[in-house]
Amino acid sequence: MEHTTLSHHLLLAGMLFVIGLSGVLIRRNLLVVYMCLELMLTASTLALVAFSRFNNTMDGAIFVFFIITVAAAEVAVGLALIVALFRQRQTVSSEKLTTLCD
Amino acid sequence: MPDGLFIFFAALTIGAAALLVLSRNAVTSAMGMILALVGVAADFFLLDAYFLGVLQVLVYAGAVMVLFLFIIMLLSDTEENPTTYPWRHALTGLAVFFFLAAGVLWLFVWSGAVPSNQVQFTPPEVSSDPLVFTTAAKSFGRLLYTKYLLPLEISGFLLLVALVGVVSISKDSKIQSE
Repeated sequence: MEHTTLSHHLLLAGMLFVIGLSGVLIRRNLLVVYMCLELMLTASTLALVAFSRFNNTMDGAIFVFFIITVAAAEVAVGLALIVALFRQRQTVSSEKLTTLCD
Repeated sequence: MPDGLFIFFAALTIGAAALLVLSRNAVTSAMGMILALVGVAADFFLLDAYFLGVLQVLVYAGAVMVLFLFIIMLLSDTEENPTTYPWRHALTGLAVFFFLAAGVLWLFVWSGAVPSNQVQFTPPEVSSDPLVFTTAAKSFGRLLYTKYLLPLEISGFLLLVALVGVVSISKDSKIQSE
């Protein structure tokens, strides 16, 4: 902790967010796309904790607590939706789920 | 230069995130995701947010990723076929990655927008002022039941709604119609 500054942590958070975003664009498998979305959410929580620590306030850390709670609920609902989709269409590839395009 | 532990865990996190994006097998992607989440939890520890680091490992790397792995193994058709993959999407993704990564590097390293001060002191475990950064889990509880009581109640209600929603979504529609 001696020599790390705020910009190091923000750089790590930003790179994680960019990797997650490019994963959402590159991948076709809905489950992997969803994991990349979660990675973007985690990157934002890392930035929040870094800001909270370097500004010496507790609010950012509490906000991260709520984000983790909501993300757990969101993952459960999202995965249930993907399973329901798979049951209807027998695929989780976003290439083959183009009913609204045709 | 940042200290060695930060460099180690940052490299681990970035590498695991790259594995998540680039691996063709969904289970390998999930393993990379777990490693990335553990790396982020280690960074929480380096930032003295011990309670959040423990929560990150328990809830994210534990419960959420077990759910992901369970669904990946439940569903077949999780391997991507390279012959039918549209490679221009990969080009778009790579272009977005390089532009945004350059932007992030510029913003956080060279633009001077982020103050470069280091943390001078280790945070106290508990403090009489509930709003300053403290490391004990007790300080979370104190704020959650005073300043953030309404958000806490709402997130509890949200968990209940998600529970009911998941049950009603995953109920078999054929059984429902009979």
